[in-house]
Amino acid sequence: MSTHNVTPMPGAKAPAPMHLARNPGTALELDWLRDLRVNRSAVERRAATIPTRRTVKKEWQAAWLLKAITTIDLTTLAGDDTPAKVQRLCAKARQPVRPDVLAALGMADRPFHVGAVCVYHAMLETALRALEGSGILVAAVSAGFPAGLSPLKQRIAEVEESVAAGATEIDIVITRAHVLTGNWQALYDEVSAFREACGDAHLKSIIATGDLAILRNVAKASMVCMMAGSDFIKTSTGKEATNATLPVSLVMLRCIRDYLEATGHRVGFKAAGGISTAKAALNYLSLMKEELGTDWMQPALFRIGASSLLADVERQLEHHVTGAYSAYNRHPVA
Amino acid sequence: MTVAEIFDTLDYGPAPEAANVADAWLEARDRQTQLFIGNEWRAPADGAYFDSINPGTGKPLARIAQATAADVDAAVVAARAAQPGWAKLGGAGRARHLYALARMVQKHARLFVVLESIDNGKPIRETRDIDIPLVARHFYHHAGWAQLVETEFTDHEPVGVVGQIIPWNFPLLMLAWKVAPALAAGNTVVLKPAEFTSLTAVLFADLCLDAGLPPGVVNIVTGDGRVGEAIVGHDDIDKIAFTGSTEVGRLIREATAGSGKELTLELGGKSPFIVFDDADLDGAVEGVVDAIWFNQGQVCCAGSRLLMQESIADTLVAKLKARMQTLRIGDPLDKAIDIGAIVAPVQLEKIEQLVNQGAAEGASLWQPDWAKPAEGFFYPPTLLTNVGPASTVAQEEIFGPVLTAMPFRTPGDAIALANNTRYGLAASVWTENINLALDVAPALKCGVVWVNSTNMFDAAAGFGGYRESGFGREGGREGMYAYLRPRYHAKLEAAEPAAPLPAPVPAGAASSGGIDRTPKMYIGGKQARPDSGYSRPVLGANGELLGEVGDGNRKDIREAVEAARKAEAWSKATAHNRAQVIYYIAENLDARGHEFRDRLARMPGVSKRTAGREVDAAVQRLFTYAAWADKYDGRVHATPVRNVTVAMNEPLGVMGVICPDEAPLLGFVSLVAPALAMGNRVVAVPSATNPLAATDLYQVFDTSDVPGGSVNIVTGDGDALAKVLAEHNEVDAVWYFGASGSAMVEKASSGNMKQTWVSDGRRRDWHDRLQAEGEEYLRKCTQIKNIWVPYGE
Repeated sequence: MSTHNVTPMPGAKAPAPMHLARNPGTALELDWLRDLRVNRSAVERRAATIPTRRTVKKEWQAAWLLKAITTIDLTTLAGDDTPAKVQRLCAKARQPVRPDVLAALGMADRPFHVGAVCVYHAMLETALRALEGSGILVAAVSAGFPAGLSPLKQRIAEVEESVAAGATEIDIVITRAHVLTGNWQALYDEVSAFREACGDAHLKSIIATGDLAILRNVAKASMVCMMAGSDFIKTSTGKEATNATLPVSLVMLRCIRDYLEATGHRVGFKAAGGISTAKAALNYLSLMKEELGTDWMQPALFRIGASSLLADVERQLEHHVTGAYSAYNRHPVA
Repeated sequence: MTVAEIFDTLDYGPAPEAANVADAWLEARDRQTQLFIGNEWRAPADGAYFDSINPGTGKPLARIAQATAADVDAAVVAARAAQPGWAKLGGAGRARHLYALARMVQKHARLFVVLESIDNGKPIRETRDIDIPLVARHFYHHAGWAQLVETEFTDHEPVGVVGQIIPWNFPLLMLAWKVAPALAAGNTVVLKPAEFTSLTAVLFADLCLDAGLPPGVVNIVTGDGRVGEAIVGHDDIDKIAFTGSTEVGRLIREATAGSGKELTLELGGKSPFIVFDDADLDGAVEGVVDAIWFNQGQVCCAGSRLLMQESIADTLVAKLKARMQTLRIGDPLDKAIDIGAIVAPVQLEKIEQLVNQGAAEGASLWQPDWAKPAEGFFYPPTLLTNVGPASTVAQEEIFGPVLTAMPFRTPGDAIALANNTRYGLAASVWTENINLALDVAPALKCGVVWVNSTNMFDAAAGFGGYRESGFGREGGREGMYAYLRPRYHAKLEAAEPAAPLPAPVPAGAASSGGIDRTPKMYIGGKQARPDSGYSRPVLGANGELLGEVGDGNRKDIREAVEAARKAEAWSKATAHNRAQVIYYIAENLDARGHEFRDRLARMPGVSKRTAGREVDAAVQRLFTYAAWADKYDGRVHATPVRNVTVAMNEPLGVMGVICPDEAPLLGFVSLVAPALAMGNRVVAVPSATNPLAATDLYQVFDTSDVPGGSVNIVTGDGDALAKVLAEHNEVDAVWYFGASGSAMVEKASSGNMKQTWVSDGRRRDWHDRLQAEGEEYLRKCTQIKNIWVPYGE
């Protein structure tokens, strides 16, 4: 039995590359939006059966959980963040799993860390210094995060400043009003401007699904963000009432697939907010594998934005190694 | 594989459910099961057993008792003995038992789940998430009907002892669909599980004992088709409920003809899955997965014919192929597979043979490039394109994971292709346009329509087919009627044998001086000469000649049916409009009441006084059905998903109605009026001995805005004409209220499995409203279509 991959991933033993060829974007193709159809009940039914049709056990579960860790954008986006808090987070990012557990899983000889650390601009410097030489990317949330309603000029400047400060990924928020009012040109122009401001940094566009009310809006916003050159599309800021869910993720993944078919460009997906259990992370990996294939289970094309997920995954990994259920205090906190 | 290796490949691994508890259960029985009769486990009379095979491994699981005719007889005796007490227990008492059965299924859910999977080969995901939860739901729902049966179904009583024969594709679920409503209504049952899959029925019986069900209420007799034959042929069984192939259903229809047994059949299908160009195509692709790769496609209502709007056909096929690549086939007990094993080698061979035939006829065959397991009975998901309606694979039920796909141009084209089948079980319609969905759903000839969804089932919604997919519904209020009958039925007396008819004579031979009024046939709103060129004398009370009528033959029936078929506008007319026409008939009949009184009074067995009563009653009856025309509403069922499940009452279509000799006017009106009120087009055969009251109605119809073809009348030898109607494949139902032709009609109806309602040689009092009018008549001339409409933006 094999699964259908778009293209094979290169070199298995080497750590998966963190960045692939970028999405150059396209013109704003309004026809593509017009033809989008999303049936909520059908989406929900499919999403509901992802966890019931697929599961991984034993070694497979441990391996998938390890993979999930490598896709984490370990995140802190709180008003009370301080350099010390961010340093702690970065230390955890470098060594997300206890070395003895990693060794017992036969992974001791591999570089193993989370995908990226995600902070506000003010914490960039601290994070970059703490992660120097680790290969861990540093992402900054930007463009008036989380509401995105400051003046466009300032939002663009914010992106430029974060890039200048050394961020390799920029997580921007879109103006939800452009989606809710159907002003696709404005959305396209805005995201295109952010993309330009990013330079070599990768652009991750947060569409804030929880604010978009209906799934068709999610699909249209996803499409426009990809047309405007986003390298990733991302569900949520973590601040909306509803964050990442399997149904909205499914809708976004199908857009990524359609966009790939139409343009040949691969766009990544980041689920953010509310993914706090190992089981949930496995469900997302199944969803990625089912809808887009194994390439989209790698950090170059898939991220989970999370702060508390790691602790649960660590417990499950220790359980796999010892056979006994673990406890939070047995694993270093971030 | 090591964790590090899997970290690189990110493959799925094995995720097997343990079978140890199911194995222990089998071992505790020495891997041999017995018959369950009167709450006792009995060895079969001749000591014969056969193997039940695990389709996932091809290895034997257990030895199953092969019941004999004597065992079936013992089971019927036990059921008969138990039935009065079970009925007398009352609805509330039965409700407690059904509730206990529901709880029992939930308490032992995992054992049922595993046992079903290893016995049938279906993925454990399905038994765990679909089959067994639906079983529990069915018992809960029917515990409710037991509680309510006396108040909700007044003037009804249980049918009695019910013989139930179920298929192997949903073994325990089909048991639940059969047993729960039967017990709720107060019947006792003799149930035969399918030969391939007896184990969960045996476990169910085991737990019936634990739950304290009285002896004889449920009896389980295992074995092959011979056991089914013994049940079908048993004299002391009152009703047969069968789910299975149309082929066997037809044999059962023929075998039970004239026996007086009630019959419900849930048969095969070749259900269309229609995708319009404005559908959510990714959603539709998942719908196809749930339609045809659910239970390996071994589903009577499987969406096996994909109809795609031409403009999106290529896109859809490409998406479908990509999706097929990611389906996983394998060990049914693996929790991460989509497709399990085919139930038996014989089914596998049938699938292979049909697919090969399809390819030989020019279909393009596509299967994923991955390999299926070497052991066990597996067949890969298969897509056949380049298929036309004329292809064998587009017409025959394959009952496997095989999808045929063909394009259509317009909604009308889609409907025509969808209905171009002898079956009529289910359909799926995919579009984001509610106008289109709700336009297409009523036009599809089938019992269930799923809009933007597929294969949704619930105990509260009736399930069952049109056409050769059978008749009767399972689930919901409509399903309860299948296990009840009006109390008056048991009290009906035998009809007098029909008087021998005078021989036909050349037309006009008996004319008697005055202006001749010999009525012709009434076809398409016009009078037409009988094809035979003969007339029949109609004699009065003292043998005097009252007049003549045309001697109809099969060609007159052909013409009448053709006219009825074309009069579709009547079925599409608004209920208000139909009511107006029927009121108008009543008005005109009343205006000419004296003529009809005089006519009736000269007929044998009718006095002047009774003639007047009969005319008045006929006018009243017309009023009754004019009243009902816009009040026999459908329902919205409370099914547990976010949707509206609309149960629509639809006319059967073209009905043949053979009227009784007694009450020649009132009998005719009592049968034709409800059929018309519900939107059927009718070919009526009046009493052969007293046809003139009916033929006098021609002028009433002509002056009452009755559209031509909605009612047609052919006079002549009732039984001979009944046979032509019963055999006619364009006729959807036959009501037979003659004295002695019931068996013939039921038998002849099996050609297209049309619905029948026959007198069984019993006479009704057409003046007694309890037995001569009301909802029973409306139920018998309608069929219920359940349309599932999920919503949510």
